[in-house]
Amino acid sequence: MTTAPRRTALDALHRALGATMTDFAGWDMPLRYGSERDEHVAVRTRAGLFDLSHMGEITLTGAQAGQALDHALVGNISALAVGRARYTMICREDGGILDDLIVYRLADEEYMVVANASNAQVVLDALTERAAGFDAVVRDDRENYALIAVQGPASPAILKSVTDADLDGLKYYAGLPGTVAGVPALIARTGYTGEDGFELFVAPGDAEKLWQALTEAGADAGLVPCGLSCRDTLRLEAGMPLYGHELTTATTPFDAGLGRVVKFDKEGDFVGREALAAAAERAESAPPRKLVGLIATGRRVPRAGFSVVAGGEVVGEVTSGAPSPTLGKPIAIAYVDAAHAAPGTEGVSVDIRGTHEPYEVVALPFYKRAR
Amino acid sequence: MSNPQQLRYSKEHEWLSATEDGVATVGITEFAANALGDVVYAQLPAVGDTVTAGESCGELESTKSVSDLFAPVTGEVVEANQDVVDDPSLVNSAPFEGGWLFKVKITDEPEDLMSADEYTAFAG
Repeated sequence: MTTAPRRTALDALHRALGATMTDFAGWDMPLRYGSERDEHVAVRTRAGLFDLSHMGEITLTGAQAGQALDHALVGNISALAVGRARYTMICREDGGILDDLIVYRLADEEYMVVANASNAQVVLDALTERAAGFDAVVRDDRENYALIAVQGPASPAILKSVTDADLDGLKYYAGLPGTVAGVPALIARTGYTGEDGFELFVAPGDAEKLWQALTEAGADAGLVPCGLSCRDTLRLEAGMPLYGHELTTATTPFDAGLGRVVKFDKEGDFVGREALAAAAERAESAPPRKLVGLIATGRRVPRAGFSVVAGGEVVGEVTSGAPSPTLGKPIAIAYVDAAHAAPGTEGVSVDIRGTHEPYEVVALPFYKRAR
Repeated sequence: MSNPQQLRYSKEHEWLSATEDGVATVGITEFAANALGDVVYAQLPAVGDTVTAGESCGELESTKSVSDLFAPVTGEVVEANQDVVDDPSLVNSAPFEGGWLFKVKITDEPEDLMSADEYTAFAG
């Protein structure tokens, strides 16, 4: 059985803007409006506007909502201050990653979990199961939010022009309720681009009004609508993992170099603790492989699944690859045997359709914004 | 977008110019360029190569994917567009003009090349 892809509240606008649409995790989403390279550069130098309404919002409320999340996720969620957000993960009992998440603490007894579209149902089911026994209610809020992101160095000024909310007081990884362009919104200073920026959670019925207001407010600053294609190259340059690529049920947070999200010292037990403790130990003493960056010396682009080779042997696998607009060269993230993972390791290539193209091993990220 | 009337078109979205002394210019259509997205790398056939209609003779790499470049006719390559090798974005900005890919001395051509109107209907 096939089902038609779902459309966001901004679908008609995307089509009017001439977007090339793509099926992404069951949603019909804008891939790009014009040149994805131009969109990428706009976010790095000015600002970009994204429809991210495919992301899955799940709300937990109740006196033990925080404890339920401490049990269900790998982070110390109940320690979050109201108004702050945290990047975290939900793992299986065997330590495999089910999804990476951002959790916002909206009130003393209210948290919003934002899951990847492709995993939202899995996360909802797991949270529902894991919260049983706690005084907490898990609510599927996917239909109740549209999500619009404005990202890039000009984004604070653009957003300021359409809201009275205290953006200067809003730190990175914080969120506060407010009004933007006359629309009630949860304003979060988060993103997936490596730039300063905001994510605005609003009622679907308000999404068009907000999109139009931001488009007008950003016109002079050079804000452009941006699709998922540049979102991918932006996050890749910023060294941010993408579920299904760097993160899978076959990898633990420690394999992905993100062991810091696992908090063993929190109160109570949590799903995956034992396996994750073993994974932490393994990563420390004898890491099987490491996540590294690769920069091309040539111009052919590595893609997910391509082999990393050295001395005629396969020593790893590319998980994401693309031409980097900022570096002007193809780049990739790859899992590589520990022996070949040190930055500067000689003789590392990527097998690009039968040809071994030389690559430089570097530490992630490829790009870090000046602060 | 409009597909120039004086060109002929393949089902793989290449265009072929009218021949002069048996030599025709080959490129990809605007439809194909739009579908690819920003082209970042073009591997073109070399001068002297023999290309065969319907078979891969190079590749075009874009942000999201790599696509084979198919030869619309059979013949010998007499020129490759170095401008496109140096600046692949020409394929996007001027697919029917400065973004041409190679010139071929035709020895054989398939019977299913389309007119502009037929191609426009084909590409939808």
